[in-house]
Amino acid sequence: MATPQDPKKAAAAAYWRENIRLLLSLLVIWFAVSFGAGILFVDYLDQFQLGGFPLGFWFAQQGSIYTFVVLIFIYAWQMNRLDHKYHVNEEEDDV
Amino acid sequence: MTTEMLTYLFIGASFALYIAIAIWSRAGSTGEYYVAGKGVHPVANGMATGADWMSAASFISMAGIISFIGRDGAVYLMGWTGGYVLLAMCLAPYLRKFGKFTVPDFVGERYYSQTARVVAVICVIFISFTYVAGQMRGVGIVFSRYLEVDITMGVLIGMGIVFFYAVLGGMKGITYTQVAQYCVMIFAFMIPAIFISIMITGNPIPQLGFGSEVTGTGQSVLEKLNGLSAELGFKPYTDGSKSTIDVFFITMALMVGTAGLPHVIVRFFTTPTVRDARKSAGYALLFIAILYTTAPAVASFARINLLNTVSEASYKDLPGWFSNWENSGLIAWIDKNEDGKIQYTDGHPMAGKPQFTAERGNNGERLVSNTPSAGNNELYVDRDIMVLANPEIAQLPGWVIALIAAGGLAAALSTAAGLLLVISTSVSHDLLKRNLMPGISDKQELLAARIAAGVAVVIAGLFGIYPPAFVAQVVAFAFGLAAASFFPAILMGIFYKRMNREGAISGMVTGLSFTFAYIVYFKFINPAANTADHWWFGVSPEGIGTLGMLINFSVAMVVCHLTAPPPQHIQTLVEDIRVPRGTPSRQPEVQGGTPASHPG
Repeated sequence: MATPQDPKKAAAAAYWRENIRLLLSLLVIWFAVSFGAGILFVDYLDQFQLGGFPLGFWFAQQGSIYTFVVLIFIYAWQMNRLDHKYHVNEEEDDV
Repeated sequence: MTTEMLTYLFIGASFALYIAIAIWSRAGSTGEYYVAGKGVHPVANGMATGADWMSAASFISMAGIISFIGRDGAVYLMGWTGGYVLLAMCLAPYLRKFGKFTVPDFVGERYYSQTARVVAVICVIFISFTYVAGQMRGVGIVFSRYLEVDITMGVLIGMGIVFFYAVLGGMKGITYTQVAQYCVMIFAFMIPAIFISIMITGNPIPQLGFGSEVTGTGQSVLEKLNGLSAELGFKPYTDGSKSTIDVFFITMALMVGTAGLPHVIVRFFTTPTVRDARKSAGYALLFIAILYTTAPAVASFARINLLNTVSEASYKDLPGWFSNWENSGLIAWIDKNEDGKIQYTDGHPMAGKPQFTAERGNNGERLVSNTPSAGNNELYVDRDIMVLANPEIAQLPGWVIALIAAGGLAAALSTAAGLLLVISTSVSHDLLKRNLMPGISDKQELLAARIAAGVAVVIAGLFGIYPPAFVAQVVAFAFGLAAASFFPAILMGIFYKRMNREGAISGMVTGLSFTFAYIVYFKFINPAANTADHWWFGVSPEGIGTLGMLINFSVAMVVCHLTAPPPQHIQTLVEDIRVPRGTPSRQPEVQGGTPASHPG
């Protein structure tokens, strides 16, 4: 089978590493807005007001959901860039 | 036109639309039947996923529950949306690349084991039936409430409709019907929400109205609500009553469970490309978020309206919606101090759900045979009326009420159809084609899928007509089991190449048995012990799937390191699904250099 020097293998491994790095950074934000701001630190954040909301309450009932939507679109956009960079995008010769 | 006429008209028109779509998009092959020929545009797939996901519970019950539990409602709001982030980033694109029809298909192939496939099929069927039973009941209830037919008749009509488009159209029919159902549903939810937001805050966007001032008071919605609650002896709306650890575990179980629900996952098999699968997950959550960010706003507005309307009001002066909902059994009043006024405060007004007698009391209220409880509270309010009664409370015209009926049906039917399809696919594809009768042709398999869907519709209908008492108790199962079984198995299948058959199976079995045992113990064997004092680490049965998931991961890791690594072709398969293009297992991938792979 393929050796570590195999350029195809190396490219695939690099693509996967970058993918994982993107994934982990987005998941850190996902965790921070929901489990962090919405649950663990909610009492602390509630001291601050955002419009008519205590901040922690806002994260729990509105803010985290908005963030989730944005995160997925950022993921889709960044992954498309990554696919092009490593020439693994599904165009022309795709099934 | 009367409201009833309008309701018939709206429901009739929406059903005609669904059937027309089913005929137009009927499936001719197993590929079309199982995954709509993989030709669904990401925006359409996003809408279909939204309708598939948002059930009668999301449409009717969620805002009502939040309205009564305030802050703790965040568990559902974050739990049922956050899972899409996991789904979009950790599962959907890779499963789409895998390119087969079902979740058990992936589990069976990745873990090169028929045992794993069968374990997965059993989980799929169990989760889906648990879920679908509630949907069919929901269809029956919506019918009986708005059209004054009995629940059995309502369920039968619902069965007929689902049968038609699920059996005939398969995934293709269901997808386009769900797009239509999404539109009906979101319109039906938003119209009353917008009106009620204008009424209370003057702001037409409920999400913003939620953070605005209540007209003429100088207080924000939440301040007003906390003030009213304090006055009447409820705890503040923005305080929670669940412990932090329980909230954490329940939210995690709902998120992971959402990402592991087979009828949601399978929707991402229908897009043309991996790229579309990623985008489609974004659209799905966007469409879901429209309802999920509105629901807490509706919850708070409805709560203000309810408290303002009923508290200390004399029964005879109450608006018409009060007696309408009393007549349908969703509101009950016991005049404990016999002052003719409604005292509404914290605590249960009576033991159990109201059992009405045929008689009327001094003020004309419906009498109940329940034993009154000790507290001062005199009012029983079913949580479901918060969404259903909204248009009446806001004095909206009859067509809005008709719209809500059509929306509730769309929500219940779309979810039921998605689940029934998953059940029929598991039976025809995973049990028959892949296990018992591998020799059958595409045509026979398609016929088997249709028969299985038909049988599943009948069973689901029976659950709707004769609801087993345990249905309400087992909703936690669907999520807990999905969280403790599928999610870890699929995740490790993609991200951990070393994971082997022995690890995955032992992980699924232990995670599943643990979660199952914990829920069964607290819900059925010893319900009296179902309190925070007896729970492990203070985790309720609703949140235990998270622990089940952790057990699954740990057991799988230990077992896989004690046994042989997976064979080479499986490792190649994993490498293959990680890359969007090409199928190196069959034809070596051309990297970079060729013109064909260089479209830019």
